[in-house]
Amino acid sequence: MADEADKQIGAEASPREPAAPKPPGYFEGESMTRRRAFTIAAQGLGGIAGAAIVLPAVGFAVAPIFHRGDEHWETIGAVGDFVSDTYRQITFTETEGVGKIGETTAYVRKGAKELGENPGEIIALSNRCAHLGCPVRYVEAAANFICPCHGGVYDFEGKRIGGPPVRPLDRFQTRIRGKQVELGPRYSVTSQLEPVRARDPGQFTGGIWEYLYPPRPSTFPPPGS
Amino acid sequence: MKLDSLIPAPLRKPPKPGQGSGPTGPAPADLKTSPPERPSDAERATGRAKETPHDVLAWVDQRTGAAGFLTGLLYRKVPKGTNWFYTLGSATLFAFITQAVTGVFLAMFYTPSTSDAYASIAHINNDVFLGSFVHGMHKWGSSVMVILVFLHMGRVFFFGAYKYPRELNWVIGVVLLILTLAMAFTGYLLPFDQRSFWASTVAFNITGTGPVIGPYLADFLRAGPEIGATTLSRFYSIHMLLIPGAIIALIGAHLYLVVKLGTTAPPWLRAAKPKTAAPASQLDAGAEGNGAAAGR
Repeated sequence: MADEADKQIGAEASPREPAAPKPPGYFEGESMTRRRAFTIAAQGLGGIAGAAIVLPAVGFAVAPIFHRGDEHWETIGAVGDFVSDTYRQITFTETEGVGKIGETTAYVRKGAKELGENPGEIIALSNRCAHLGCPVRYVEAAANFICPCHGGVYDFEGKRIGGPPVRPLDRFQTRIRGKQVELGPRYSVTSQLEPVRARDPGQFTGGIWEYLYPPRPSTFPPPGS
Repeated sequence: MKLDSLIPAPLRKPPKPGQGSGPTGPAPADLKTSPPERPSDAERATGRAKETPHDVLAWVDQRTGAAGFLTGLLYRKVPKGTNWFYTLGSATLFAFITQAVTGVFLAMFYTPSTSDAYASIAHINNDVFLGSFVHGMHKWGSSVMVILVFLHMGRVFFFGAYKYPRELNWVIGVVLLILTLAMAFTGYLLPFDQRSFWASTVAFNITGTGPVIGPYLADFLRAGPEIGATTLSRFYSIHMLLIPGAIIALIGAHLYLVVKLGTTAPPWLRAAKPKTAAPASQLDAGAEGNGAAAGR
């Protein structure tokens, strides 16, 4: 309809001064033509329909970034099982509901007075290397943690003393219920052993790095915060 | 010519200009003195039966116009000097088809759950008839595909085939390269053995070292702060639904542009010389000059 109208009007207009074609429904002072209004409306409705499908799907896929699970605490033994001058290797469940792959290893000891720690507290170091996540091993003779993959070395406190790791070993929150020791969520530490939220291996902690590797909403707040 | 007669008429090579199918052979005899023999019913039936495939194709062609597209695709010109290096793209496509087919059959037995994935792969390898063979084709074929993609890319680069007007095809090819690597990455976790688990762990941690968005990207890939139940199914979905669809669509665009733009001649071929004959005197002079140069 509109096309025919355009043609008729175009044919009537003289070639010298092409008059503005007046489509059906035209009125003085209109801000847009009927055709343009319908185009915008159709595209807008299509966009809304598309967004109604795409946005929930994307949100569904992205939601885990913002979701924090429940805190999981696991009893690992009596307080008397642990000493302050060496570590006990404990395997416990960090992620629930996925079987063996949810398990991780912690090196657990009592606080040592000579290191300025409270003798009553329990310290649990993760065996996850801060370089790329390989499992480190505590070497009794050297009182060091050594990573088999790329030669990362950590001292007794878990501070890096050699190799490519970017920060000390991660830790687990600990608490004592009755006489039983319980391990909780993971957290990371800065080079000064100040607790921060858990970071993935390879990410620096402390100072400006807290902005370059921001804390993730999926991790738990560190102890003492 | 004999082969050509086997191809249904709509798909036959179109004649070159000036070589049309005009009347050839002896002129028809006088119909009055020697009337044509009427074919028997049996002859007509066999003749019609022979025509059936042609008729079917013609029926489809009339409704789709596919024959013009297909003859254009199958009889397109390729430049002089086209050689075996030009088959690397087809080889990559073949590798992809192999991956798709074997992947479909692996999916019939595979269970994407953290508790059952390893057992289902072991079942495929140990119990299913030809299971280890199909799994092996998929596993080694993935490396073959990555290698072929890079060889194809090298051919295009060193032959200068990425230049105008084929830049967009190069870009599509690079996206296909990235998608192929993403397939290799996501597929690596699926057997869910120690190698898969630790390789993916390292990959997540490398992802996490990207500044600012890296930690969130790692969380997105893992679907959480640690590898969990959702990680495997997420990788499975990406590996067999998301990326294959994108790859198929982009391969379509890639091939369309190859057919549309044609391929390039290898760089060592000079452009054809103009066919106008040079004056004889110039030719002689050139020959003498060369001889003199050689004599010195």
